[in-house]
Amino acid sequence: MRASMTPHELADHFVQKFGSQVSNVHVKEWCEGVQKRPQKTVWMTIPREILTDAVAELISIDYPHLGVIAAADNGEMIDLLYHLQVFFGGKHEEICVVFIVQLPKSDPHVPTISHLIPGAVYSEREKQDMIGVIVDGIPDGRRIFLPDDFPEEVYPWRKDEKGIPNSMIKELWKVGRPTDRPAPPVSTPEPTENPQTKSNPEVQSGGAA
Amino acid sequence: MSEKKAPYELPIGPIHPALKEPINFTFTMNGEVIESVDFAPGRAHRGIEWMGMRRNPVQILHLCDRICGICGVHHALAFAQAVEQIAAIEVPERAYYVRTIIAELERIQSHILWAGVAAHELGFDTLFYLAWQIREESIDVIEYITGNRVNYGIIMLGGTRRDITPEMFPRIEQALQYYEGLLEKMINLFLNDKTIAMRCKNTGILSKRRALELGTVGPTSRASGLAMDVRIDSPYAAYGDIDFEMVLPDVYSNETNGDVYDRIVVRIFEIRQSIDIIRQCLKQMPQGPVLAEEKYAKLLMNLKKTAGEAFARVEAPRGEDMHYVRMNGKQEPPEMWKVKASTYSNQMAWIEILQGEQIADIPIIVASIDPCMSCTDRVAVVDTEGTVGVLTKEHLHRLSVEKTRRLMA
Repeated sequence: MRASMTPHELADHFVQKFGSQVSNVHVKEWCEGVQKRPQKTVWMTIPREILTDAVAELISIDYPHLGVIAAADNGEMIDLLYHLQVFFGGKHEEICVVFIVQLPKSDPHVPTISHLIPGAVYSEREKQDMIGVIVDGIPDGRRIFLPDDFPEEVYPWRKDEKGIPNSMIKELWKVGRPTDRPAPPVSTPEPTENPQTKSNPEVQSGGAA
Repeated sequence: MSEKKAPYELPIGPIHPALKEPINFTFTMNGEVIESVDFAPGRAHRGIEWMGMRRNPVQILHLCDRICGICGVHHALAFAQAVEQIAAIEVPERAYYVRTIIAELERIQSHILWAGVAAHELGFDTLFYLAWQIREESIDVIEYITGNRVNYGIIMLGGTRRDITPEMFPRIEQALQYYEGLLEKMINLFLNDKTIAMRCKNTGILSKRRALELGTVGPTSRASGLAMDVRIDSPYAAYGDIDFEMVLPDVYSNETNGDVYDRIVVRIFEIRQSIDIIRQCLKQMPQGPVLAEEKYAKLLMNLKKTAGEAFARVEAPRGEDMHYVRMNGKQEPPEMWKVKASTYSNQMAWIEILQGEQIADIPIIVASIDPCMSCTDRVAVVDTEGTVGVLTKEHLHRLSVEKTRRLMA
């Protein structure tokens, strides 16, 4: 057995340790297959001030695998979702932990966790690119997916005025054919007699997918 | 000629024949030895997540198939699972088995494809041709089941679009027997070959601790002895019902080095594991329908009213693949859709495993994590960077072949 606690014990552990700073703590289970073995996830919302402490606390339980830092623009705030897993390697024992950190758009600063989990840099760089949070203390703050000539202050995942403006969207269907090339030869199709369509003009072709 | 002082910088990519897919590397070299590595992904951006957030979930599902040409069904599977969790859709039990069989057939073709690429990078082209020839059988059987060789389009929200009927079992069994018969030969050719051992043993070493800290996934982490496999840790589809064990390098030898050789061991033995899983699925498959809701319009109506968020994870051939979906109950497209492909997690390992190696080892070490750029790069809008001072065509591959020849002489 690798797992030293159940998902509920893990959730309680964080509530005891951080008290009222952890909110909206709940355990979700989802089962698939015939035997319905559960996938266990502990969700909790934490303020950014205790993010590094919470990750360090999780490391003290079991060194986690950082799956990804997801992000979403919920209108007023930016949600960062740190998806970590502990107790993997045993059979059906893994517990996923999701820390949700909400950042106001006027002050989108969050501390780095890359000194605790070095692999986090990649995901943190992506969040700076895509949703415009500022990761304090990031060891490598360069762009990762966006090209160097991408405009500043434009973030593809934002739903507000900092999102992709219409001027940057290229509607391929509007572009049309290039004008600096000769037109392709067009042959007139030979007229073909189709007795079936002639005799049954009412019949529609079955276009259903 | 002006004298060059060590260390000097060696850019490779974004477009380079040794890389198979676009990515930009900058190596700081000291003579033949790599001192440090930097890489810049993002050269295969198509903005798929951005496109997805303007489409309905069924349309996204078919977009998922097209994220990657090799492991597309795993993306579709992860997205479908995320939406099913949010809307609490009860998937028929038979559909879980159909999904598992397709996922494992995809793993077989992906691992054999990779094995061929690895052989090619070492200059062992006869093995490359052999691997890609035997890969055809798995694609043929996938085509037989789904109607497509790539972009299978078999996953649907709430099940699958096609069933695997008992009449189809003999054809699948025939493919499994074909691979079983070849397995001994493949193990012999890849693992008992002196040249492959010379080039791959103690090359590109990733320690277990670093594999964990850098967040690597899939065969890359398992080759370092880090036991991690979503199919066993958090079972999805029919994997919870199937009896199988994680493949670690000690299935073949007693030592775990975390080198390129161990990554070959893990992938070759996972083919054997996939054959076993498909057999068990065919044996245990429950009866019944394969789709929860056949009317797409009704399905979409229900999804439009659904609010919630979910992470779904699957074990793609290259490792953990994760989709995050958030729906707000007001609009048809999801409010947020984030794809985390396997290579996204594995790329950080390059910096570690390339350090201290030679230029000629770059192709095989880069290939050893089975990188997939189209999976990892999805998000930006335009891409206009030119290439500066790129090594000439095939030069790097030639260096690798020359090294093999030197070692054999």
